Amino acid sequence: MHMPLEDTLGLNLLAANQHQAQHNREHFDAWQLLCLNVMSSPGAGKTSLLERSLAALAPEFAMAVLEGDMTTLLDAERLEAVGVPVVPITTGRACHLDAAMVRGGLRILGQRLDPASLDLLWVENVGNLVCPAEFEIGEHRKVALLSVTEGDDKPLKYPVMFREADCVVITKVDLLPYLPVQVERIEAHIHQVNPRCAVFQVSASTGAGLEAWHGWLRQQRSAVSSAAAALAVESLEAAAPEPVLVP
Amino acid sequence: MHEVDMTKCLLLSMNQWQQQHAPAIPSVQRVHLQVGAFTCVEPDQLVFTWGVAVQGSWLAGAELVIETVPLLGRCLQCNGTYTPSPEAAYRSPCCDHPMEEIVSGRELRIRSVDYSLPEPPPSRPDLSLTAAAAA
Ligand SMILES: [Zn+2]
Repeated sequence: MHMPLEDTLGLNLLAANQHQAQHNREHFDAWQLLCLNVMSSPGAGKTSLLERSLAALAPEFAMAVLEGDMTTLLDAERLEAVGVPVVPITTGRACHLDAAMVRGGLRILGQRLDPASLDLLWVENVGNLVCPAEFEIGEHRKVALLSVTEGDDKPLKYPVMFREADCVVITKVDLLPYLPVQVERIEAHIHQVNPRCAVFQVSASTGAGLEAWHGWLRQQRSAVSSAAAALAVESLEAAAPEPVLVP
Repeated sequence: MHEVDMTKCLLLSMNQWQQQHAPAIPSVQRVHLQVGAFTCVEPDQLVFTWGVAVQGSWLAGAELVIETVPLLGRCLQCNGTYTPSPEAAYRSPCCDHPMEEIVSGRELRIRSVDYSLPEPPPSRPDLSLTAAAAA
């Protein structure tokens, strides 16, 4: 006979993924780049937005894209045409990216270029508004895209995604005149579940709102690089020998 | 569908836990999870995929017990707690405030494991130790 034992673990269910995500994050910080996890439902206009944003930001930032959305793999050429390397991530049949898949993508990217030369790394997640919200990949910021064609109650139907997002980009606003949708309601619903979320209304076809969205990206980029610089100084100071006191 | 990946992640954590007891293989009766209502996990789906995944492994027969943790928000206007609901657009009924602070409901936690360890083989007197003590 033996007594049943009980171990109290208090461990996150996704601890194995979080561990790998932390590892990715350390790399991103060492390379001093901003990593964005871009999530949306299929057809929210990720590729069109990326095409515009990559073209607009290419003069200031060195960028690359990790492409986890198999349905848009054909669009990789459109993005490469802007001069930004695009690396597909093998997801199998997964409905989201996890940290290990992103690590695999980083290895392939590393064969093409030195990641430390990058300012911005875009990770295009699988088109899905549910589980990508729960799987960290080591990103600095989560960006959710929501097209006006998806209706105004999406943020309430998929609240975890919109709660976790640091920024929501409402796309295809040029279609608003033809839709029974009020963009103010979409925005209000996002702020119901995530009051401090940055929200931008853009149209990749007319270019409306892109400048404000790019302004946000520049802010995040400088926030991350100054945080990384502060960390580097801290570790330098920690490594420095004790000052010798001269009497 | 993503419950399959959640289960894989859970099994990885369980395998790591098992290593702590190596070389003994603990016999696990139950694994207790706490799953928040404001997550993307369907408890029934998770129990189902667990049952399939542990077949033929060292965890065969172990039951997955899921405690659902309700979503609870704190209204930053009046500091009261409330149950946010999609019908009310997650706003607080007291002050009509948006869902700012989440008190509970985001948990995805392995809380505890009920298990037993096999009996160690009957110990024989350690001669080297006795000899050392006598010296
Ligand atoms: Zn209140």
